[in-house]
Amino acid sequence: MSADRAQILNGIRRSLQRGELAGDQLKSVQDRLARPPRGPAIARAQVAPADKVALFCQWAEFNNATVARLAAADVPGEVTGFLARNNLPASVAMAPSPLLEGYDWASEKMLSIRRGRGEGSDQVSITGAFAGIAETGTLVTASGPDHPVSLNLLPDTHIVVLRESDIVGGYEDVWTRLRERYGKDRMPRTVNTITGPSRTGDIEQTIELGAHGPRRMHILVVRE
Amino acid sequence: MQSTAHAFKDNVGAALADPNLQDSLSKLKVGFSERRRQAAERLPEFEALRDRARDIKNHTLANLDFYLEEFERKVTALGGHVHWAPTAADARRIIADLCRSVGARTVAKSKSMVAEEIALNEHLEELGIAPIETDLGEYIIQLRHEPPSHIIAPAVHLTKDQVADTFLEHHRKLGFDKRLTERNDLVAEARYVLRQKFLDADVGLTGANFLVAETGSSMLVTNEGNADLSNTLPRMHIVLASIEKVIPTLEDAAVLLRVLARSATGQESSAYTTLNTGPKRPGDLDGPEQYHVVLLDNGRSGVLGTEMQEILRCIRCGACMNHCPVYGAVGGHAYGWVYPGPMGAVLTPQLVGVEEASNLPNASTFCGRCESVCPVRIPLPKLMRHWREREFERHLTPRAVRQGLALWSFVARRPGLYRSLTAIANRMLSLFGRAEGRYRSLPLAGGWTRFRDFPAPPSGGTFHAQWKATRKQP
Repeated sequence: MSADRAQILNGIRRSLQRGELAGDQLKSVQDRLARPPRGPAIARAQVAPADKVALFCQWAEFNNATVARLAAADVPGEVTGFLARNNLPASVAMAPSPLLEGYDWASEKMLSIRRGRGEGSDQVSITGAFAGIAETGTLVTASGPDHPVSLNLLPDTHIVVLRESDIVGGYEDVWTRLRERYGKDRMPRTVNTITGPSRTGDIEQTIELGAHGPRRMHILVVRE
Repeated sequence: MQSTAHAFKDNVGAALADPNLQDSLSKLKVGFSERRRQAAERLPEFEALRDRARDIKNHTLANLDFYLEEFERKVTALGGHVHWAPTAADARRIIADLCRSVGARTVAKSKSMVAEEIALNEHLEELGIAPIETDLGEYIIQLRHEPPSHIIAPAVHLTKDQVADTFLEHHRKLGFDKRLTERNDLVAEARYVLRQKFLDADVGLTGANFLVAETGSSMLVTNEGNADLSNTLPRMHIVLASIEKVIPTLEDAAVLLRVLARSATGQESSAYTTLNTGPKRPGDLDGPEQYHVVLLDNGRSGVLGTEMQEILRCIRCGACMNHCPVYGAVGGHAYGWVYPGPMGAVLTPQLVGVEEASNLPNASTFCGRCESVCPVRIPLPKLMRHWREREFERHLTPRAVRQGLALWSFVARRPGLYRSLTAIANRMLSLFGRAEGRYRSLPLAGGWTRFRDFPAPPSGGTFHAQWKATRKQP
C-alpha cells in the first residue's frame, strides 16, 4: 500500500534529518550505482591466466568437489567412467544446452540421457556453467531455457562441464560477464554460485555433505 | 515469539544446570571460532575487507530511502512485486494474503530470522496454512516446538542424541522406526522426509542476506540448498527482508560475501549463494510464476540517526555470539527472544522495549571479543553501554544495584573516606585466606566462589598504597 511505503520512506528521511535526496547528493549515489566501485583487490584473484585453472581446481577440491581436467573429446567418456567408479546408474538428467550438445554423447552407448528440468527422483544431473571463480573454486550458473535451476539442486550427484576459458579470477569478474551477457539492468531469474556439494553443520557443528542439494559434485574442466 | 528476556536471570540458572546444553556449548569454542580464525588467516585482505564492509553499510544507511526505491524500481521492472510493511503485523497480513491468493496449504520455509521476529509460523498455522521449516536445524527445532538458539545454527543447543530421539518420535508415523545413531543417517532421513514436502509446497518463503539495489535481486546464502529449493520449486516465491538488508551493487555484495562466510562458519564461501531477480522468464523450465519481496521496517527506521544506528550494519553472521563468553556459558535461549548474544543484547531492547529486555545489555563483561570479530566493526560493547545508560535514566535498574552505585559514588567522591574504607576492607580480606593465595569463599561473591576459587592479590596494601610506595622509589 502506498501509505505504508510513504510511512517507511518518510520515517527514514525524518531520522536522517533530510528530505528526498536531490542535487549533488542524488547525483553522487546515482553515479555510484552506474559505476560501482570495487572493494579491496584480492591478491589471489588477480592470478595470471595460466594459473587460474589450477587455482580454481585447488579451491574446488578444498571445498569437497572432485575435478577432472580433460579435452572436449573425453567429456562423455569421463561421465560414464565417473558413474561406474561411483556405482551410480548410467542414467542422467541433462540440461538442454547447446554447449552440452556439442559433445559426442552418442559415443557412450550405455548412457541414457533425459533432457529437461530436474525431477525429485533424479540421481545424476549434467549441466554447463556460466563461469568458474578461481578465488574460491566456485561455479556460477545462470538460469534460462538451457539451464533449469532444479538440475543444480534435486539430484544426488551434480556433474558440471566448465570450459577453461570461462574460469575468471574473482566475483567481480563474474558480475562484469553477467552485465555483458544479459545487460546491466537485466539479471537472469536465478544466478547460483555453488561452492562444493550441499552441506550442513546443524548437528553438533560437524559438517555432513548432501543436506538438500547434491552430496557429490564432479567438475569437468575442459581444455579448448 | 513471546519474549522472556525479562526472566534472563532465571533462564540463565536453568541453562547452567542443563547438561545437554553445556555439552553442546562446549563445542562452540573449538568449532566456529577456531574455523573463523583459520579462514581469516588464509585471506591477507580480511581486515581491509572488514573496513570496506563497514563503509558500504554506513553509506547505504545514509542513503537508505534512495536504495530502497531503486531496489523496488528494478524488481517491478522485471515483473516482481515489492510490499512495504511498517510493522510486524503488516508483514504477517501481507504474507498471509499472498499465500491465500494461491490457495496455499503448505509453505516451504527457508530459515529467516525476520520471520521469527514477526512470529510468522504461528500466524500461518492459525490460518490453517502449514509452514514447513526446511533448514535442518530449523526443522529439528520446529519438531521440538523450540525457538532457535543461534542465528545461523538454530539447533546448536542440541546433542546428536536429542536429535535422534526427536526424529524417532516424529518420523515413526512415516515408517522410520529405527533410532539412528550416526549424523549422516540423521541428515539423510531429514533429506528424504523434506524432499516430498518441497515438491508439494505451494509457496516458498525465504529471507534474504542482501537485497541488491542495482539489479533488484535478493541474495541468499546457505549451505544446504534448502533456500534454493524453496525459491525454485513452488509457484510463488516470497522474500521477507528487513529494510537494512539493501546494499547498492554487486561489487558491494562481493565484499560482504567475503567477510560473511568466513566470519560465520570459517568457510571460504558458503555452498550456495543465490541471486533471484523477478519471476521465471519466458522459456524457463522451472522457477516461480510470482515473485514478491516484503520489506519490513518494524522500528528500524527510527534507529537511524540515533546513537544505536551502528547495529543496523549487522549482517547476521553470528560471530559475536560464537566468541561471547556469556553466550558460550548460557546459550541462546536464555536471552529470551529471537536474537541472542551481543547483537541480540543490542537489538532486542530496540525491538521489544528496554523495559522488557533491560537485562540483556547487562549480560556482558565488556571483554570486547564481539567487537574484535564483527565483520562490519559494530562497537557492540559501546552500544550495550548506551542501553545501560538509558536503563539507568529510566529508573529500570534494580534497586540493589542503584543503591550500591549510589553508595560507591558517595564514597568515591570523598578520597579520605575511600582510602580508609579500602584499607579496612583490604585487611579484612586476610581473614578469608589470602595466605593460601586464593579465596574459597568471599562475602558478596558467592556466585563466583561456589564454582571456583578467587585468586588473591599479593599483600602490600591497597592499590592506592602500593602506587604511593612505588612512586616514592627512585
